[in-house]
Amino acid sequence: MAVKLASIFFTMILVDNYVLAKFLGICPFLGVSKKLDSAVGMSLAVTFVMVLATAATWPIQTFLLTPVDAAGELKWDMGYLQTIVFILIIAILVQLLENFLKKFIPALYKSLGVYLPLITTNCTILGVTILNLDNGYDFIESIVCAAGAGIGFLVAMVLFSGVRRRVEQAVTPKCFEGLPITLVAAAVTSLSFMGFGGIVDAIFKV
Amino acid sequence: MDMIIMAIVLVTVVGLIGAVILVAASIFMYVPVDERVEQITAVLAGANCGACGCAGCADYAKSVVEDGNDVNKCIPGGAACAAAVAKIMGVEAGSSTPMKAVVACSGTCDKTGKKYEFQGIQSCQAVKGLYGGDGMCKFGCLGYGDCTRACAFDAIHIVDGIAKVDRTKCTGCGACAAVCPNSVISIVPEHKRKPVVLCQNKDKGPDTRKACTAGCIGCMKCAKACPKEAITVENFLAKIDQDKCVGCQICVKECPMGVIHVPGAE
Repeated sequence: MAVKLASIFFTMILVDNYVLAKFLGICPFLGVSKKLDSAVGMSLAVTFVMVLATAATWPIQTFLLTPVDAAGELKWDMGYLQTIVFILIIAILVQLLENFLKKFIPALYKSLGVYLPLITTNCTILGVTILNLDNGYDFIESIVCAAGAGIGFLVAMVLFSGVRRRVEQAVTPKCFEGLPITLVAAAVTSLSFMGFGGIVDAIFKV
Repeated sequence: MDMIIMAIVLVTVVGLIGAVILVAASIFMYVPVDERVEQITAVLAGANCGACGCAGCADYAKSVVEDGNDVNKCIPGGAACAAAVAKIMGVEAGSSTPMKAVVACSGTCDKTGKKYEFQGIQSCQAVKGLYGGDGMCKFGCLGYGDCTRACAFDAIHIVDGIAKVDRTKCTGCGACAAVCPNSVISIVPEHKRKPVVLCQNKDKGPDTRKACTAGCIGCMKCAKACPKEAITVENFLAKIDQDKCVGCQICVKECPMGVIHVPGAE
């Protein structure tokens, strides 16, 4: 059990990194990675919402949308409501987080700016909650997977904010200045993560 | 039918629970907001042009209330806006000179010509990248209307090959000046008598003449004629110091090329 959880956790960080391998959540990845501290703050906020959203959506999907009776038959199937209900829940959680930050960590609230409400429509979070269910994870596995995805997001953001600082100091051709060279740098960073392919399976022998 | 009702009930219940939680949270974690910020945001011009130096109107309102920023920075809003903001803040408005954009180029189609036929993307930025622009004069207005597209007030248009400012609509926010790749547009304090040199050509006289019949050739006539020594000629281009100028307009009559004008008077 512990081995499987560890395997899921590290797979989410290194191999199936949501930003660098699945290309979800590119908007905050490019938007907030300019400064290290706001990148860390954003990642922690995303991780927090991810875990919370998974903890809320997993029971809702399992017991309300597609409940199964003792015989293993579907009692009713409202799986088609998944997206709308999940977005509703994520929006509520983000609003809650926004209130919380505004009250207790105003500095972080200020530096995140418009990206905080944008977590609502951050596809990483919806992606994590839906993919957890698609993969058939149980509750604990889902939570661990969400935490791993969040930490993976953090790793990607921190690494990339370092890359970006270098890129900004470098002399770039005029036509590549700004976003174009940032996208090239993102592509190279993503490519480097491909090197982790299979490493987790090899370590944990699953 | 049952399933449809159940779906509606389910989503409604989830929404209601969320609403209750959020209302509770907003009461529990209430942060007092200074009412003046919203009041000031309401009286500003609302163009989010950034002429005040802040990221937008709301940001400027916040900086006025929290950091004691000046109340007369909203250029599009002008004096009326400064007075309104001052009233909310309870301070004196101070003076705010209206600013207007001035296109420092006289090279209309009859005065200058094209170096080559440009058929690429119709933008000044693009044509500038190809041999410094398609005009004979590489300093002047390119005439592809980047400024027109940047203007939030519909105050600048390409007329006869060069940009022309509609001075009744112009608010002096400087959005056009920021996008002009040749830096032809400058923001000048509005004055009924003080003239401006409407040329940017820094080439020597003969070269300027070849490119355009309405270009500053750096002949120094205006500089010698000016009683207040407000005009300096640098790189074969005259420049009028608006602080020293008294608006006598001797230079306007002296200029052999006719490129010195009072903006808005022509």
